[in-house]
Amino acid sequence: MTRGEPAAAGSQGAGSVELCGVRLGGPVLNGSGTFDAIAARRAFGDALLERFPFDCFVSKTITVEPRRGNPPPRLWEAPAGMINSIGLPNKGLDRFLTEDLPQLAELPVPLCVSVMGFDHDELGRLVEAVGERPEVALIELNVSCPNVETGTVVGSDPVETAAVLAHVRRLTEAPLIVKLTPSASDPAAVAVAAEDHGADAVSLINTLKGMALHPRTREPWLGGTTGGLSGPAVRAVAVQQVAAVARRVSIPVIGMGGIAGGCDAADLLAAGSRAVAVGTESFRDPAAGRRIQTELRALRGAGGASGGHAHRTSPG
Amino acid sequence: MAEVTRVGAYELIAAHDRSGPADPRPGQFYMLATGERWGGGDRERPYLPRAFSFARAGRLDGGGVQLAFLLEDVGPGTHRLGELAPGEPLNLLGPLGAGFTAPAEGRRAVLAGGGIGTAPLLALDDALRARGEQPPVVLGFRSAAFAEAAGLFSGAPEVVTDDGSRGRAGLVTEPLREELARDPDATVHACGPPAMLAAVRALCAELDVPAQLALEAGMACGYGACFGCVVETKEGYARVCVDGPVFDAAVLA
Repeated sequence: MTRGEPAAAGSQGAGSVELCGVRLGGPVLNGSGTFDAIAARRAFGDALLERFPFDCFVSKTITVEPRRGNPPPRLWEAPAGMINSIGLPNKGLDRFLTEDLPQLAELPVPLCVSVMGFDHDELGRLVEAVGERPEVALIELNVSCPNVETGTVVGSDPVETAAVLAHVRRLTEAPLIVKLTPSASDPAAVAVAAEDHGADAVSLINTLKGMALHPRTREPWLGGTTGGLSGPAVRAVAVQQVAAVARRVSIPVIGMGGIAGGCDAADLLAAGSRAVAVGTESFRDPAAGRRIQTELRALRGAGGASGGHAHRTSPG
Repeated sequence: MAEVTRVGAYELIAAHDRSGPADPRPGQFYMLATGERWGGGDRERPYLPRAFSFARAGRLDGGGVQLAFLLEDVGPGTHRLGELAPGEPLNLLGPLGAGFTAPAEGRRAVLAGGGIGTAPLLALDDALRARGEQPPVVLGFRSAAFAEAAGLFSGAPEVVTDDGSRGRAGLVTEPLREELARDPDATVHACGPPAMLAAVRALCAELDVPAQLALEAGMACGYGACFGCVVETKEGYARVCVDGPVFDAAVLA
């Protein structure tokens, strides 16, 4: 088992971060479902591995059974962001383990696998099967995807979330990260329930539920009718929710939502995150994670701050 | 670095990619965004980069490639790209996706384009001519103003327009049917709006002629990350950006 030991390729420099016993070269992850490392390696070659944009790679969410995902159109461009209705397409647990996991294990950073189950048994199967693989350093429980009704229900409710954790916690020793939905009336209460029942970290925010209408027909544009809003449009929501959650839990918080530059990452760290994740910005630029790492290092150097209290720059 | 010139109702963006591969394959595409003021247009857009198949590519002295993209102002992204001032920075990611492939042994390429979909066929025509071939080209446009793009081709494409303001009035499938009657052993390479591609596909199926179709789909990233650009194939959804944009007509559902 390599879990809990320093990542082989991770630098041990000033930016190094410890997350649930896993040493990362820096604090920048990708948001689940916003970067397909296997497709990106096909597009950009092994240069991707030499200059990998993240300090930890989070997989797209996998489910027990294969999923086609939602019918197109799946995207809508919004002011400073986008709405997606992708619907968690994936090849299912078995093919993920045999086809994708060996390729993801070649990445130069620790691997976090995101899983979603439609009931406790499914989630338990996923957590057990993924957690016993030594290539997997972390597991993220997707209980908050707004595209699948069950996910929204579980992640919106502290009692449901506690029940899920109570079921899966005993099935694996792998660190469990609970991805929180911003649609909960009190995300901090859900985070506390997750912590009380054995979660090792929480990550937030997932996308905000949104809807777009066809400019001529005024019918829903997205094939899935509704979708999730992401990008700089949601950044202020992320800062508030990360701050609210970080005040209430003692486990690490992974902050995300609209990060487009080092300054935005510094804000989420200052709000109480241990690490941050870049999502939609990677769609605009596959090297965005790397740029944000560099900008963050420069900001921390300039501000002389560390340990999550980054220098705050004016919004000018 | 970019320069915009007008071609009838279209614009042509010429851009230098000093660091990119010098030999992109016709049908491949690039994600484009202006380096400055990308955003703040109509309805506070654009935000995402825009996908364009390249219309022309040529090696640059000292490395890199000179690219041309055909542009129609249809929204805030294409509008902003059309405003590029000479020397203004253009962000460019590519070449991406799978381009056209050579026809099977003994088959000859026939090119069929509709509207802005003419762009990748211009690149393909250039590439085939560089190998000494002279492929038949049939193009359809809304009107004469759009049909100006046919003038970019080295040969003399057959042009039809919806309103008959240039060439005969009608659909591009009419001259395509005549061309395929002359040469039943052709392979069609086509790009255009969905209705045109459906008609080309139906014609090729009827005549039992293979077809490579370059598809368009809204996409956020262009490199397989967002899963937003899917098209239905016989084996389920495929991503236009990494599994296409050029698909064999036989694999599409």
